[in-house]
Amino acid sequence: MEHAVETTLTVNGKQVRRRIEPRMHLVDFLREELGLTGSHIGCEHGVCGACTVRVNGQIVRGCLMLAVQADGCTVETIEGLSDSKELAALQKAFHEKNALQCGFCTPGMLMAAQDLVSHGKKVSRDEIRAHISGNYCRCTGYQAIVDAIEEVIQTEAVRGQG
Amino acid sequence: MKAPAFAYKKPRSLEEAFELIERPGAKVLAGGQSLIPSLNMRLSAPELLVDITGLPGLSEIRLDRGVVRIGALVTHTQLQNSAEVRTHVPLLAQAVEHIAHPAIRNRGTLGGSVALADPAAEYPACLLALDATVVLYSHSGERLVGAGEFFRGLFETDIKPGEIVAAVEFPALKKDERSVFLELTRRHGDYAIIGLAAHWGADRRFVYLGAGATPVFAARASGAKTLAQARNALKEDLDPPADLYNSSVTKRHLAGVLLERAWNTLSKPH
Repeated sequence: MEHAVETTLTVNGKQVRRRIEPRMHLVDFLREELGLTGSHIGCEHGVCGACTVRVNGQIVRGCLMLAVQADGCTVETIEGLSDSKELAALQKAFHEKNALQCGFCTPGMLMAAQDLVSHGKKVSRDEIRAHISGNYCRCTGYQAIVDAIEEVIQTEAVRGQG
Repeated sequence: MKAPAFAYKKPRSLEEAFELIERPGAKVLAGGQSLIPSLNMRLSAPELLVDITGLPGLSEIRLDRGVVRIGALVTHTQLQNSAEVRTHVPLLAQAVEHIAHPAIRNRGTLGGSVALADPAAEYPACLLALDATVVLYSHSGERLVGAGEFFRGLFETDIKPGEIVAAVEFPALKKDERSVFLELTRRHGDYAIIGLAAHWGADRRFVYLGAGATPVFAARASGAKTLAQARNALKEDLDPPADLYNSSVTKRHLAGVLLERAWNTLSKPH
């Protein structure tokens, strides 16, 4: 049965209009319909965090939101944040600290990390760990990821003071 | 996995919403942080999802004559950032820190958690500890149900067909009242092994989550005069079901640990 709903949303600054089946979640829509395969699909039930994207400025689980629910919303993905250079400092720190191995979790991890960085607060390592606690990494053991995020937050704090 | 096919409607008025939720196979969708995983895992197969997030008037937090009314669509993040909640319902402000992770807290709602009534969820235990009132809306108007009558069984509530959760009303914290929320998990944001919502006012109320099919009011422990008596009374109050990792005995022991921590925190001079 045809249930498709006319949906208009803005993805990485571009307006997109499609008829979407309600059963399709946001990440499938981004990957399959728009070819934005940077957001990954891991568990597909909200546990792993690989599909983290930003909707109206807030990070969400892309697999726990229907694409039709994004009608009228502004969606930003790893591609958008990467192209705009918003993630440049984090990407450099992840690279330098070896904060990834297979890279599957990295897009979601960067989205969650940037959410914390953008709050502009100086935070402890425990707070960093709590903030990325919804993002699984099966390679690194998190140590290097926390190092990378900590470095960016400290650098931003120094810059903020100067 | 992928969700089965269903239709989707997003009503803009309550009247429209009531008409839609009475259709056969209809299910209410709010933040979707529990419903969508259950669809993805095909544990649920509704014919129609009625997305209530476009309804007006269900997203406010309001303090009025000693009652804090929190709209059903208020997200965990909004609740976490609310000065009213921090000041007047501190138990809830403490509890929200334990709910999942930032990306989920940005979408999940108070009303959704209350309507689902997961026995390991934080809010239902807080509702019971604070003797909150659930506000239900339907065609025939408003119905108020006390938390004690609202949670009926495993994922079972007093919500009748055609009703939606509109808000929850919490008594604002009075002078000399105190509360504390504690939870034990394997990792931050995981489902609770066991948790405790404790409130000390005119009387004491200890309510456990993850300890049964519903939030469990530990009546004997709550009435005890000393910590030792209260810990001892838990043996009669609680018979928590084992989960994948923890036996019933372990859980009951941990319930006692939380009781002791709560008691010591609450009995400290202000």
